[in-house]
Amino acid sequence: MTPLLSVQEISKSYGTHIGCADVSFDLYPGEVMGIVGESGSGKSTLLNCLAGHIAPDFGRVVFDTRIDGPKDTVTMSEPERRMLGRTDWAFVHQHARDGLRMGVSAGGNVGERLMAVGERHYGDIRHKAADWLDRVEIDTDRIDDRPTTFSGGMQQRLQIARNLVTGPRLVFMDEPTGGLDVSVQARLLDLLRGLVRDMGLSAIIVTHDLAVVRLLADRLMVMKSGHVVEAGLTDQVLDDPQHAYSQLLVSSVLQV
Amino acid sequence: MSEYNFAYLDEQTKRMIRRAILKGLAIPGYQVPFASREMPMPYGWGTGGVQVSAAILTPDDRFKVIDQGADDTTNAVSIRSFFERTANVATTTATEDASVIQTRHRIPEDTLTEDQVLVYQVPIPEPLRFLEPRESETRKMHSLEEYGLMHVKLYEDISRHGHIATSYAYPVKVEGRYVMDPSPIPKFDNPKLDDMAAIQLFGAGREQRIYALPPYTQVVSLDFDDHPFEASKADQICGLCGAADSYLDEVIVDDAGGRMFCCSDTDYCSRRRAAGHQGPAFPGSEVAA
Amino acid sequence: MIDLKDVSKTFTLHNQGSAVIEVISNVSFSVAAGECVALTGASGAGKSTLMRMIYGNYLTQSGAIRIGDLDVVTAQPRDIIALRREVLGYVSQFLRVVPRVPTLEVVADPLRALGVPAEDAHRRAMDLLTLLNIPEHLWTLSPTTFSGGEQQRVNIARGFAHSYPALLLDEPTASLDAANRDIVLQLIETAKARGAAIIGIFHDEAARARICDREIDVSLFAPKVAA
Repeated sequence: MTPLLSVQEISKSYGTHIGCADVSFDLYPGEVMGIVGESGSGKSTLLNCLAGHIAPDFGRVVFDTRIDGPKDTVTMSEPERRMLGRTDWAFVHQHARDGLRMGVSAGGNVGERLMAVGERHYGDIRHKAADWLDRVEIDTDRIDDRPTTFSGGMQQRLQIARNLVTGPRLVFMDEPTGGLDVSVQARLLDLLRGLVRDMGLSAIIVTHDLAVVRLLADRLMVMKSGHVVEAGLTDQVLDDPQHAYSQLLVSSVLQV
Repeated sequence: MSEYNFAYLDEQTKRMIRRAILKGLAIPGYQVPFASREMPMPYGWGTGGVQVSAAILTPDDRFKVIDQGADDTTNAVSIRSFFERTANVATTTATEDASVIQTRHRIPEDTLTEDQVLVYQVPIPEPLRFLEPRESETRKMHSLEEYGLMHVKLYEDISRHGHIATSYAYPVKVEGRYVMDPSPIPKFDNPKLDDMAAIQLFGAGREQRIYALPPYTQVVSLDFDDHPFEASKADQICGLCGAADSYLDEVIVDDAGGRMFCCSDTDYCSRRRAAGHQGPAFPGSEVAA
Repeated sequence: MIDLKDVSKTFTLHNQGSAVIEVISNVSFSVAAGECVALTGASGAGKSTLMRMIYGNYLTQSGAIRIGDLDVVTAQPRDIIALRREVLGYVSQFLRVVPRVPTLEVVADPLRALGVPAEDAHRRAMDLLTLLNIPEHLWTLSPTTFSGGEQQRVNIARGFAHSYPALLLDEPTASLDAANRDIVLQLIETAKARGAAIIGIFHDEAARARICDREIDVSLFAPKVAA
């Protein structure tokens, strides 16, 4: 079986500071991988290297494209990479306002990716946008409202709808539940879990919240100072951590 | 002759602008950066158009300026006298007699010919700016032909108004490649952009951009399959000349709120009246459209 | 079906002076299809640890744990994920679910993960919940607010939704009344009869006697202290 994403020896430094170093892993279709670590551990740098937002100093990010099969996205042309970014890939930002157009209605936000790939029928676009608002539990009556009038949780769900409307195969998520109330987080996690299953999505989720990865991720990578110190099945890494840092991380979580 | 260099600008500057124009003609719809000069008039008064006109005028040209279709507004009068003084060129108000026509926000009603150049004054050349304020990003979107955003603007229009309410500066796609802002002309004029015999040059002074359409260029107004582009105008006829096919301005004529529609193209209207056509504004007259 | 060979487990506590704790060593036994084996031994002997090792939840330092064709000790995460989805079921003592997910979905979840259509998965879940006496008005609620006994029965329903060829049961009858205990034991007997290989921990001796073919005393695998 061909991995959907094969990450090979990815390194990125900022001067003498290491962003991430020598990270390799394979992600298979339908798998959800979590990346945990404290602030500055390099997990966001890694995610941005994988998603093509920043160019790594070294390494390959090989994606199994629909047409040409496995291709290194680091060396592919920018138009091709950006095309992936609005078709097969999706990126959910921590702050919804980074991933939404705040001056555009909810329907326009969801419809943008459709129009970007050439849909030119207003009625169809609107119908799909309404369908997706419904799927992320936003009242379709709000379709013409701007996201500025939405709560934080709704904005995050709108961002997810906007990303998933073109049926991507790989979703990058950067702290998707960060900054949300606990009750809102639970709803979002439940929603994400359902979408991942129903659409057969693969996902890479960066978070510092171990509860999030336990519920969403099949596999887990623990990062510290730019290096992957441990990787494995999520429940195995959380219940039987091997590395000193992972043990510290797991034991530092308050029990409720 | 005046103490100015011909057409005010120095020769090096005119060459620089001509190079930008040639590049613009070679890549229809592409915004070419140029080193816009300070002109002896404020930004917003057509400094971009004036610099383009200055770069292309020759002593033999006959120059016409229209502002919203009219030859007799302050802006049109001052630019016309500016070139009379600095270039000593002949001027005219008759569209068919002019070799260079500088315009603010209109295309003349008469069909232009291969011997004419139409110079547009452009306030904001970037059609994507409404939704994407980052210049670095809009340039990338142009270079990679990522124009989904342009339709988002039209989508927003329909969702808010039930139809595409954008009525001027209506975005077009040039030769299937670049999306271009045609300057704030009414969308009624959009079909005239397409396949025009005359050269069309666009100058944005404050924004330092020049773009161009060579003769007979394909220019298509963006739309949706189920909301096709419509070149609309007021559903009236000209009160003065009775024309039903020209773009109309609405004019308030008295303190009681009385109004009248009349041609925005003053040259077109006055020639029709000279030929004997009369509109309903003249009591007792027959509409002779 | 389940085959352990020379299996050993140590915990290294890096943050407590790198203490190394040997838990069990040199475990070897097999469980055939249709067989039920009970793990016995005093509390702390390592019964649950051994179960978790077989499930891949704890890392095994040496030896081999084969379930069907897969060696859990050396398998890639995705192979273990597939194993858990298709072959190896595990009923733990505690229910762990996403908040807000209705009970019916929790139980149907393993079948949905296998690609069973929602309708069929729900029907199977309803049958199990009915059998285990979970009142119908609770089905649409999240089990997070249920009593201990109800949670355990939901957990069992979930564990038996798919007919796994191998099953791990950690105290499945612990907090149940006599009637429900009997129902759970019947479920286990049915699984045995269809050929499932089962390893269980049962403190309830009568239950053990009724369904287990063999007992394995885990304390025999305790590392020999200063032998």
